[in-house]
Amino acid sequence: MSVLVVADHDNAALKSATLNTVTAAVAIGGDVHVLVAGHNAAAATQAAAKVAGVAKVLHVDDEAYGHGLAENVAALVVKLAEGYSHVLAPATSFGKNFLPRVAALLDVAQISEISAVVSADTFVRPIYAGNALATVQSADRIKVISVRATGFAAAVAEGGSAAVETVGGPGSAGLSSFLRAELSKNERPELTSARIVISGGRGMQSGDNFHLLEAVADKLGAAVGASRAAVDAGFVPNDYQVGQTGKIVAPELYIAVGISGAIQHLAGMKDSKVIVAINKDEEAPIFQIADYGLVGDLFKLIPELDAELAKRK
Amino acid sequence: MKVLVAVKRVIDYNVKIRVKADRTGVETANVKMSMNPFDEIGVEEALRLREAGKATEVIAVSLGAQQCQETIRTALAMGADRGILVQTDVELQPLAVAKLLKAVIDKEQPGLVILGKQAIDDDSNQTGQMLAALLGWSQGTFASKLAITDDGLEVTREVDGGLETVKLKTPAVITTDLRLNEPRYASLPNIMKAKKKPIDVIAPDALGVDPAPRLKVLKVEEPAKRQGGKKVASVQELVDKLQNEARVI
Repeated sequence: MSVLVVADHDNAALKSATLNTVTAAVAIGGDVHVLVAGHNAAAATQAAAKVAGVAKVLHVDDEAYGHGLAENVAALVVKLAEGYSHVLAPATSFGKNFLPRVAALLDVAQISEISAVVSADTFVRPIYAGNALATVQSADRIKVISVRATGFAAAVAEGGSAAVETVGGPGSAGLSSFLRAELSKNERPELTSARIVISGGRGMQSGDNFHLLEAVADKLGAAVGASRAAVDAGFVPNDYQVGQTGKIVAPELYIAVGISGAIQHLAGMKDSKVIVAINKDEEAPIFQIADYGLVGDLFKLIPELDAELAKRK
Repeated sequence: MKVLVAVKRVIDYNVKIRVKADRTGVETANVKMSMNPFDEIGVEEALRLREAGKATEVIAVSLGAQQCQETIRTALAMGADRGILVQTDVELQPLAVAKLLKAVIDKEQPGLVILGKQAIDDDSNQTGQMLAALLGWSQGTFASKLAITDDGLEVTREVDGGLETVKLKTPAVITTDLRLNEPRYASLPNIMKAKKKPIDVIAPDALGVDPAPRLKVLKVEEPAKRQGGKKVASVQELVDKLQNEARVI
């Protein structure tokens, strides 16, 4: 038995969810190999070779893989998959995009966003926005699995010394090409791997008011997120969205500000270790799951919180 | 160009689901069902393409039990031209849905297929990508903008760090994200009109596809409940507790 983990990376570095996926692979058992398919991705390849628990890194360098186009990556992974019992990828926008193509081409089911490994063929995955947990068993010859990063600890990024093997790939499938990316400029930690997240909801009333949260975030070293209502209202871009249809986070501390606590938002953050809710509506459902609730006007409380944190520094 | 949209019947997004006592699944009896919200966005996008003169016909396809006709009627009431139901009582998993859709597409030959990026019941996020792979087509998943150009499609996609725009050869499969559009409501006259629009009913056998599930569901459980509900009186108390009790800051 051996497991192939397809790394999510930006050629320069691994995306953190790749480390959680390695942990899931180790839990399944057998040799863990990591595929780094990219263009000029030597740095990401070296990073993968240092991850504890990785036995081998497969490095494929081709312009076709530089932007992670699903059509190209899937064809490559299908070619490599035959030697493996499991193919894993993080359930990031990269993994979600290409992995079902791999499963379909191998004629196997995909098991999406597992949150636990029961055995080599049995896994737990959340359904209905995390309001139910399904335990599913696969009899397919190759198990194709996407991994929910919040379900697994990150593998240690240093200390390993895996062999790197350079392999060739089929190159471009000729179906798609990358035109441009407009990535949010953000000095703060990445939402899905931040230790602390502070999110705003419809109660923030405008995008401008998010600077109140940003001030607190900077004092705490936190990432800033938002509810779908805040995204739908146009306050902040969609990549801020925490929830069933956005990002799934499980930081040590999650601070929900002006968020009522719709099911679809809770789905994205209810596994956080400590939850704080700040909302003027005492009856808001978010308080039912919050470890610490503070009822009141956020426009008064958030500046107070900011000042209190500044005082204690 | 024909546009084919896939529409799934799911438990309405406002319903708080209940896990069955025997842990075999989720209670669906006497529960309000609706069209998967991402599929509504797909229907809307197809209708806008037709209204802009880029598409000639919009076909709504659903797969599953006989009641999925209601979901197709919703799409027809929004403005789709006709419907196809692949009718079966077998539990359909994404790979089977992709194979069945491929068989329908081989017959209908649409230039574009639009699906929701995920269904809010099983949260799989697979079918569109699987379908594109089986067809050997390009895919534009999690789309927030779609532009038809002279030589293909330009699709802007919601990705983890922001937005990404790709160029696709057609025919292509698109899966919708939330900000692609805001779906219209069906007007009463259009709901009446929809009753007369045709729905073809096909069996999986007739499409030459074995729809049997691949994954075995061993059990479905409720997640552990969080113990919440504690309140603090002031910002000072909150910061104190976070520092000294929870020790997270």
